[in-house]
Amino acid sequence: MTPAAEAAPVPLERGILAQIAISIVRDRVSLFFLLVLVAIVLLAIFADRIAPYDPIAQSLLSINLPPSVEHWLGTDQFGRDVLSRIIYGARTSLLLGVTAPAIAAVIGTAFGVTAGYFGGWTDRIISRFLDIFLAFPALLLGILIAAALGAGFWNMVVVLTVAFAPRFARIARASTMSVRSEAFIEAAIASGMRTPAIMLHHILPNIAGSIVVVLTLWIATAVRLEATLSFLGLGTQPPKASWGNIIRDGLGNLFGSPWPIVAAGLAITLTVLAFNMLGDAVRDILDPEARDE
Amino acid sequence: MTALLSAEGLAKHFAARSRWSAFAGAKAVVRAVDDLSLEIAESETLALVGESGCGKSTTGRLIMRLIEPSAGRVVFEGKDITTASGAALRRARRRMQMVFQDPRSSLSPRRTILQTVAEPLDANGLIRSPAHRREVVTQLLDSVGLSPSVMGRYPHQFSGGQRQRVGIARALALGPSLIVADEPVSALDVSVQAQIINLMQDLQKERRLSYLFISHDLAVVRHIADRVAVMYLGRIVEIGAKAEVFRAPHHPYTQALLSAAPEARPSRLQKRIVLPGDVPSPSAIPSGCSFRTRCPIAQDICARERPSLGGVAPGHAAACHFAQPNPLGRPS
Repeated sequence: MTPAAEAAPVPLERGILAQIAISIVRDRVSLFFLLVLVAIVLLAIFADRIAPYDPIAQSLLSINLPPSVEHWLGTDQFGRDVLSRIIYGARTSLLLGVTAPAIAAVIGTAFGVTAGYFGGWTDRIISRFLDIFLAFPALLLGILIAAALGAGFWNMVVVLTVAFAPRFARIARASTMSVRSEAFIEAAIASGMRTPAIMLHHILPNIAGSIVVVLTLWIATAVRLEATLSFLGLGTQPPKASWGNIIRDGLGNLFGSPWPIVAAGLAITLTVLAFNMLGDAVRDILDPEARDE
Repeated sequence: MTALLSAEGLAKHFAARSRWSAFAGAKAVVRAVDDLSLEIAESETLALVGESGCGKSTTGRLIMRLIEPSAGRVVFEGKDITTASGAALRRARRRMQMVFQDPRSSLSPRRTILQTVAEPLDANGLIRSPAHRREVVTQLLDSVGLSPSVMGRYPHQFSGGQRQRVGIARALALGPSLIVADEPVSALDVSVQAQIINLMQDLQKERRLSYLFISHDLAVVRHIADRVAVMYLGRIVEIGAKAEVFRAPHHPYTQALLSAAPEARPSRLQKRIVLPGDVPSPSAIPSGCSFRTRCPIAQDICARERPSLGGVAPGHAAACHFAQPNPLGRPS
């Protein structure tokens, strides 16, 4: 009696990364946004070779120019080439946008899983600390810490990590608690599996989907917050280019020359959209049940 | 009869905390299991039956040491494992494993069948190489009637019965002597139930397994059990050989329970005994005999004194002041 023998054998144990890659290539929308993201990353990495002009070179003879053959996206009020600034700005914005949420995800998940798995006093202590952080809006917390530490890239990473980590911890804790109550955790305990192994092999794979989706949301938020903090003068310092900086510089002349703001706004929107769409795709791929459909 | 497992005076009390209990002082205590003793012999099946909420599953988990007992002892293969922890507990668990009710929840959706079945082996460091791993898992899958081709697949690609086979293969991986089966077939279709029950019986013969078979389904119990223990509100009210308990129940609750079981042969049909009222909450268990509030033959003494589980025949005991065969009258 072999009830499952008639079904075709399935390829065994292909790596999870390979599975993700294959699924993304198969899905056209995901593929499009993956290509968009790859393009943005390449722009950021090779900014010094791709950008047509020096992003901080001023030229008083060519200020507030509309798009033209020489300046595809026009120039700003100091005569700097907007396209070059957008390309260089991708470096700052992306690096920060990915680094801070990634660190926050690791730290937050560690706390969240610990709280959710052990429960009791461990959970109570961790949760109360989370509540304190969560009581502040991310932006307010960012402004407070940036004001205390001063502006600068790594300070911004710290700011955003502190602001985001409790939010990851919350999600991780809730997801862990629901996975913790499943019978397969009891089975794992009964089979002699140790707690760290249970967390690694049972809890993490089952909560990874929600963490990844939240991660892409917070990457989007980080890009936006970098823009906000830079706009407020607490983030990237001029004349260095970041997308937030470009918007701040352009705001004074929004109606006379809207090109920098429109360009930077589009860059942020496209990046945020790409991360969100890919996040959904990765979540579906991490779920073997959704993968089959 | 040498007992493979014996539980003595096992109890599990939960403190039902309310938000203000720290200030109010008084706490409601939920007595999920109270003063429960049982023994399971080698290659024997003891069925634990009762309504939902009577503490059957808690008993199974107490014996597995998945939850800590409030009182009592568990002796398994001659060793007291009540206070075992760490390596000692892991060693004991190699010999006792569990099969769960819902084969959907008991298999992680993110792990392949190979990973799931090999899990107890990996956890105990019994795997020498990936090839060895596949070889052992192939044998285990074969013993539960699954083809090795299923190894790379995920649980959702299987039917409930197949998933339960995977769960049984995992439980067999460490070569246990005792399997605690918590309602192993109640989530399955009736036709599949029979297959799984037969599989469990075949495995029992091949591997000299003992089962603690937790179920509310008397038809299934009648098929698989050697002995039956009936639970009501956290206590065993009657225990004995299957034939004895089914033929001549000595506790009114057992008789009522049996009368409610569906019967295939109309000649054996009896009038169904309907008990008045609901099961009391385990946080407010009646004084004396906990069954007295619903018992048709309760007397004054039942409220004053708790009846002990007394022998009524060799190997057959009932906890009732008025224990006698069919205490609620002859089946009509």
